[in-house]
Amino acid sequence: METTSPVERLLRGVALTLVVVFFMFPIVWIFLMSFQTNETILRIPPSVVFSPTLENYAALITGKLQTASGTLDIAFMRNLGNSVLLSVASVAVALLLGVPAAYAFARHKFKGSEDIAFTLLSFRFAPPLLVLLPLTQYFQWLGLSNTYFGLIWIYQLICLPLILWIVRGYFEDISADVEYAYRIAGHSWFSTFRKIALPLAGPGIAAAGLLAFIFAWNNFVFALVLASADKQPVTVGALAFVTASGIQYGQIAAAIVLSITPTLALALYAQRYLVEGLSLGAVKG
Amino acid sequence: MASVTHSSARRSRFRISKRVLPYVLSLPALLVCIGILIPFFTAVIYSFQRYRLSQPWARQFNWGDNYLNFFTDPGFWNTLKISLLYAGVTVTLELLLGLGIALLLQRRSTVNNFISIMLLLPLMTAPALAALMWKLMTNPGFGILSYLASLIGLENFRWASSPDTALLTVVLVDIWVYTPFIMILLLAGLRSLPTQPFEAAALDGVPRSFVFFRITLPMLTPYILTATLFRLLDSIQQFDIIYAMTQGGPGDTLTVFQVEAYLNFFQSTNVGRSAALLIILWAITYILSNIFIKNWLRLRERARGEA
Repeated sequence: METTSPVERLLRGVALTLVVVFFMFPIVWIFLMSFQTNETILRIPPSVVFSPTLENYAALITGKLQTASGTLDIAFMRNLGNSVLLSVASVAVALLLGVPAAYAFARHKFKGSEDIAFTLLSFRFAPPLLVLLPLTQYFQWLGLSNTYFGLIWIYQLICLPLILWIVRGYFEDISADVEYAYRIAGHSWFSTFRKIALPLAGPGIAAAGLLAFIFAWNNFVFALVLASADKQPVTVGALAFVTASGIQYGQIAAAIVLSITPTLALALYAQRYLVEGLSLGAVKG
Repeated sequence: MASVTHSSARRSRFRISKRVLPYVLSLPALLVCIGILIPFFTAVIYSFQRYRLSQPWARQFNWGDNYLNFFTDPGFWNTLKISLLYAGVTVTLELLLGLGIALLLQRRSTVNNFISIMLLLPLMTAPALAALMWKLMTNPGFGILSYLASLIGLENFRWASSPDTALLTVVLVDIWVYTPFIMILLLAGLRSLPTQPFEAAALDGVPRSFVFFRITLPMLTPYILTATLFRLLDSIQQFDIIYAMTQGGPGDTLTVFQVEAYLNFFQSTNVGRSAALLIILWAITYILSNIFIKNWLRLRERARGEA
C-alpha cells in the first residue's frame, strides 16, 4: 500500500471522482432544477447559470399551482403530512411490539422461538404484492381500506422484522450476567428489562427505529395498492403529481427534493449505524 | 413486614410467568403478522381459481390451469426472462462496481470516509422517487442525459420510452440506488479482514494481483455471497423503479413479475393469473431466502467469534 506510484494515485483519484460524480450528480441536478422556472429548465444546451427562484416551493406549500389554463389545486403538502404520520406511527407501533419480542427471542430460547423468528424474517423477503392484492378485498370487508389504521398495520410488514432482528442482535450482545445480578437483588423481570436491558440496548433500538423510519418513508407499493389520493404518502403522491401537473418540471423537482430531504438528512445524521442495520446486523464493522 | 410479603408475592408471580413470559412478550408481534398470513393463503387459493373481477359469476376452481397455461403463454416466458435478466444484470454490475469502489475506499482517511458517507444518499432515496429523478434527467426535451447523449452522437436517444433502451434505463437507476448497498457491505468486510496475511505478502514481495485473487477475494467471499443473495432477493421482485419509470412499458418490455401481476390484477382484472404469477415468484424468493439466511447466520457467527 505504501508503495503507490504517482500514476496509480492519479488513476485512483480519477476513478473516485467519476464515482462521486455519478452518485451525486442526480441529487445535485434535481436540487438545482427545483430553484428554476420552466424557462431556464428548458434551455438547450442546459446550463447551471440561472437566478434562483423559490416560486416552485411557494406553489407547493400554498397548494396553488399556476398553469397556463388557470390555477390548479395540488395536495402535495397533504402527501408530505401523510408520509410523516404513516412513518412515525408505524415505527412507534413496531417498537412497542418488536422490542419486547426481540428481548424474548434473545433471552429465552423457548420452544419454537427460532421458527417464529425465521417466519417473521421471511416476511422481509416475500413479494409484497402477494399479500397486498388479497388484502385489498379483506380491507374492504373489514372497513379498513383507505384508513391510516389499515396502512399502519400493513407497514408493520417492513418495520417489525427490521426492528425485531436488529434489536435482538443488540440484546444478545449484552451479557445476561448483569441482568441476573439485578434479578437476584429481588427485582422483577420488568424492572430488569426497563432499568438494565433497555438502556444498554438503547443505541441499537434508536438505530433500528431510524432505519425502520427510512424504509417506511421510502415505501411505495403498499400505499399505491391500499390508499386513495387523500391518504397517500409522498412516494405515490409524487408520481400522481407528475401525471397531473404535466409539464411543471420545476415544481416536480421541488416536490422530489421535499420528499427525499427527510430520509437523506436522517441518513447523514445516523450514518454510523446504517451499515449494521442495512445488513440486519450481519456485519459487525 | 409489608415489603417482605410484597417481594415474596412478586417472586411467586415471577415463577409462574417464567415459562409463559417469552410467549407473552412475542405474542403481540405474532398476532400482527398472522393477519398477514391469511392473505397469503388467500392468494394461494386465488391462484387455483378461474377468477376475473370483471366476471365474478364465473369464479370457480380450475386447479392447476393457471399454472399449466403458463407453459404455452409467451407473456409468462417474457416475464420470467425479463425478471431474470433484470436481476442478473443489475446484481452483476452492482457487485463489480461495489467491489471496485469498496477497494478504492478501503484505506481509512478523511476523504474516503466522507465519500462513503455521501454514497449512502442514493441508497436512502426512495426507489420510486429515484426513478422520477432519472425520468426528469432523461426527458427527451430538456433532460441533461439526453443532451449528453446527443453530444456523443446519440441523437434522439429515447431512454425509457424506447423498447431498445428501456431496460438499460431502469438498470441504470437500480445501479444508482443499490450499488452503495453492496459497497457498504464489502467495505465493512474488507476493513474487518485480519492484516497479517497482507503484511506477510507485502514482506515477501508477492504481486498485487496474486494478493487480490488469492487472499482478499477468498476472505471476502462470505460477504460477497451475502450481499449478492440479499440483492438478488430484492432485484427479482423489483417493482418501484420499473413502475414509476414506465409502468412496465413500452408494450411488455419491462413486465417483470410484480409489475405484470399488478397490471393483471388492476387492469385486466385477471386475479387468478396474477396470483399464480406471484406464487411462482414467491417460490423463487423462498429458495433464495433460505440460502441467504443460512449463509447470513454463518457469517454472523463468525463475526461474533472474532469480536
